[in-house]
Amino acid sequence: MDERKTKIKEFLARFFRNHKLQDEEDIFALGFVNSLLAMQLVNFVENEFDISIEDEDLDLDNFRTVSNIDALIERKIAAEA
Amino acid sequence: MTVNEEQGMRLELSEAQKEAREQFRTFARERIAPHAAEWDRDHRMPASTVAELRAQGYLGAPFPKKVGGGGMDLITYGLLTEELGRACSSTRTLLTVHDMVCNALWRWGNKYLKSEFLPKVARGELLGAFALTEPNVGSDARSIETEARADGDDYILNGRKKWISYGELADVFLVFAHCEGKHAAFLVPADAPGFSHRPILGVMGTRAAMISELDLEDCRVPAKQLVGRLGFGFSHVALAALEQGRYSVAWGSVGIAQACLDACLDYSAKRTQFGAPIADHQLVRAMLTRMIAETRAARLLCYRAGYLREHVHPGAAMETMLAKYYAARTATRIANDAVQLHGANGLSDEYPVARYLRDSKVMEIIEGSTQVQEITIPRYPMDEL
Repeated sequence: MDERKTKIKEFLARFFRNHKLQDEEDIFALGFVNSLLAMQLVNFVENEFDISIEDEDLDLDNFRTVSNIDALIERKIAAEA
Repeated sequence: MTVNEEQGMRLELSEAQKEAREQFRTFARERIAPHAAEWDRDHRMPASTVAELRAQGYLGAPFPKKVGGGGMDLITYGLLTEELGRACSSTRTLLTVHDMVCNALWRWGNKYLKSEFLPKVARGELLGAFALTEPNVGSDARSIETEARADGDDYILNGRKKWISYGELADVFLVFAHCEGKHAAFLVPADAPGFSHRPILGVMGTRAAMISELDLEDCRVPAKQLVGRLGFGFSHVALAALEQGRYSVAWGSVGIAQACLDACLDYSAKRTQFGAPIADHQLVRAMLTRMIAETRAARLLCYRAGYLREHVHPGAAMETMLAKYYAARTATRIANDAVQLHGANGLSDEYPVARYLRDSKVMEIIEGSTQVQEITIPRYPMDEL
């Protein structure tokens, strides 16, 4: 699980320059996330963790923090298993 | 384009891709190019041509076969787009907007939309059009004025959309609106109550793309035709569709650039001035060299974007934007030079280059203007090549 969080943070770090992102930090409140990044984040999560994000997963809370993204991935992997 | 782990990147098409390109080229040369000037003049695309495109499997080509699409890989799809764009930008536009709608349904449609609409759209049985732009809203797309409000099991839409390619022909529209302060996307059939459209004539380029203005007056749409969830209509539905559109426009721009180059090589070999074919004059050669180099550079950026998109790489969106930006600018520059090289003949409709120039300018405005992309591209880190 920590490995997943590290990968998520590495991806986001490309966009969050000079900011060390914490697991529980609200990425939307930081002001770095715009629509293009939001879409790239979905593509990253799908590609990196081999899951499909569906329309019912479109909830800002699912993508608000590294921990929440990790939890979404965990649920999707469990559901698709 | 393939990658061999041991040898590194091999920048060449597979045999199947080369064969497909030959088929696309033959179809475009025989069935599209001879009519492009006439369609442009008449401001319309014949239904028989749409039927041919459907029969060829060119509508919905890049979507999985299991949802009704053609299962075409994205490099092959790029080649198709280039060849159609080389023959006729209005024809290429049909694929662009239709596949944008298909992309939205495939990517973010709910179960109902995926079962009832996606297969028909992916097979081209229903034609789709993308309705984001409004009379008062272009680049600032977040500020759309069209409103939706919930009413029982329906939404009621009110507003106007403008510059909607193939609005005169489409069966379904992907309409973007505000709803309860959030962005939303809806699939609106052309026969929905309260929906109407009228043609926009006199546009500069892609004149046969049957462009419309849409009116939504208390237009009632079932709630199950909301595409994606409320609040994600712009950030996810529109942007995914626009990325698809940019990829198509990028390749279509390469098609225009190649068409200009073809026309200029032919003309400069035949046209004689000062006792020699103009191709023998050094300034003309310099012009041709720039056209060759820039067309190939634009095509390489498209290959790169296609490769990343095929692998669902998170950097694909930015590479696609870069490809569209460069290819559209290249097409305009080359088309401008192509008219110049043709002299007075280039200004007439006896040669196709004036149409190419008019069509190329459109590419710098649609799916994100050159200027909006110049603001956006430097803000995002790109992977090292």
